[in-house]
Amino acid sequence: MSGFSRRKLIAGGLAATAGVAGLAVADRLARRYGLLPPDAGGLFGPGETLTYAAQSLLTAHRPAREFSRSMISKDPFAVPIAPPSDAFKRSQAGGFKDWRLTVDGMVARPTSFSLADLKAMPVRSQITEVACEEGWSYVAEWIGTPLSGVLREVGVLPQARYVAYFSVEPDQWDSLDMGEALHPQTYLTMGMNDGELPVAFGGPLRMRVPMQLGYKNLKFLHHITVTDSMKRFGKGLGSASPEGGYAWFAGI
Amino acid sequence: MATASPRAISAAPRHALVVRITHWLTVVAFLALLVTGAEILISHPRFYWGESGNPNMHPLFSLPLPTSRPWVNNGFGTAMPDGNGWGRYLHFEAAWLVVLTGLVYVLWGVWRGHFRRHLTPERGERSVGALWQRVRTPLRGGRAKDAGAHTYNTLQRVTYLVVIFVLFPMVIWTGLALSPSFTSAFPASAELLGGRQSARTLHFFITLLLVGFLGVHVAMVALAGFWTRTRAMITGRAAAKEDA
Repeated sequence: MSGFSRRKLIAGGLAATAGVAGLAVADRLARRYGLLPPDAGGLFGPGETLTYAAQSLLTAHRPAREFSRSMISKDPFAVPIAPPSDAFKRSQAGGFKDWRLTVDGMVARPTSFSLADLKAMPVRSQITEVACEEGWSYVAEWIGTPLSGVLREVGVLPQARYVAYFSVEPDQWDSLDMGEALHPQTYLTMGMNDGELPVAFGGPLRMRVPMQLGYKNLKFLHHITVTDSMKRFGKGLGSASPEGGYAWFAGI
Repeated sequence: MATASPRAISAAPRHALVVRITHWLTVVAFLALLVTGAEILISHPRFYWGESGNPNMHPLFSLPLPTSRPWVNNGFGTAMPDGNGWGRYLHFEAAWLVVLTGLVYVLWGVWRGHFRRHLTPERGERSVGALWQRVRTPLRGGRAKDAGAHTYNTLQRVTYLVVIFVLFPMVIWTGLALSPSFTSAFPASAELLGGRQSARTLHFFITLLLVGFLGVHVAMVALAGFWTRTRAMITGRAAAKEDA
């Protein structure tokens, strides 16, 4: 051990101690400021936490890129949907007049909205890109009402931290932290490119989250629950995605 | 222990401790990024230019690979299993490792004069002519005059500088330009590259250049004596017989 000196050993020991202490402090700070994603555990937890924390500190509350009308893709693509259920087909035959969006959980006034109710709220549009985790993308105009308005309408309780949302398709559910849920571009989308939102693209109602990848934009939305913890939902990882191996936070 | 052994005096460390640690961390991260990048690639082995591109649009080019998704029709079927879930988790975790490691290496290198002393071409070698001489000499069977164990020649220096200050920053930039969250905060990161799909295509080509560098680098290490050079990058010591 001729290359080793006592001084080096002490310095190394101090560095290791500082490193462990630093990690413990970082963990406490992350918990304190809500920088831990629901899927922060396991082998990929450190990377996922760094990504989500960096997003929360640096990029949250910034608007997703919007495009000019001439940039709208002439050939948009949607992953083929599973054959719809009989109940869905009946609702479709009736022009989705019986479609309901139930909003409950940590809210002052749990409410069930029809599509007409949602269309009576402030309707906005955005020309943004859907980017799939596989690598493909398209630009479209999305027309809907911001989720923030609906959350204001039902009165979110102060301790609420997440908005969980569910598709009529089995095992299709996801969640957003309150910052992303209240983001002005997070829409309950009912129209696309000046028309009704086609069923192939998630009609009659789709969650639009342009700050995150395509799989966060759940199709056939029918239920929203406001909560303070994602632990009670599924396996407690924040959405169905981590149960299938995919990250809860899809900003990258 | 005030007295150093005579051997330690004669053989100064070929590679500093920081260089050795960051080198091997980068190896681990780069191999993880490469494997997971390939995994992500086979879910859509088509490339586009501009902002958007999808299965309904004509690609710029398409790789003849079996894919993991049924809607990518490039004539090679869908034999591959979907590994994007763990692939993407690991890709970004390894990306953090390479970014943080790279930051430590570059800040240390600037602070300690590593780039100035070891990687900037020496005075009198800072010209295209001198660089060309470095390429030509070994091709003609000649031997570089300072092909020793303790310095890099001009061609090596320029190559390392390009990898460290051009290719790695570019591969990180083009990767970040694919993040809808990152481009929300920094829209220019995608726009300067010509759009999202251009960024993705560039990400692929820069990866090919980095893989090319890896191949040549390992081949050169093998030519110079694989175990001697690899041991030097682990222990920091150049072998005594090579110095003699």
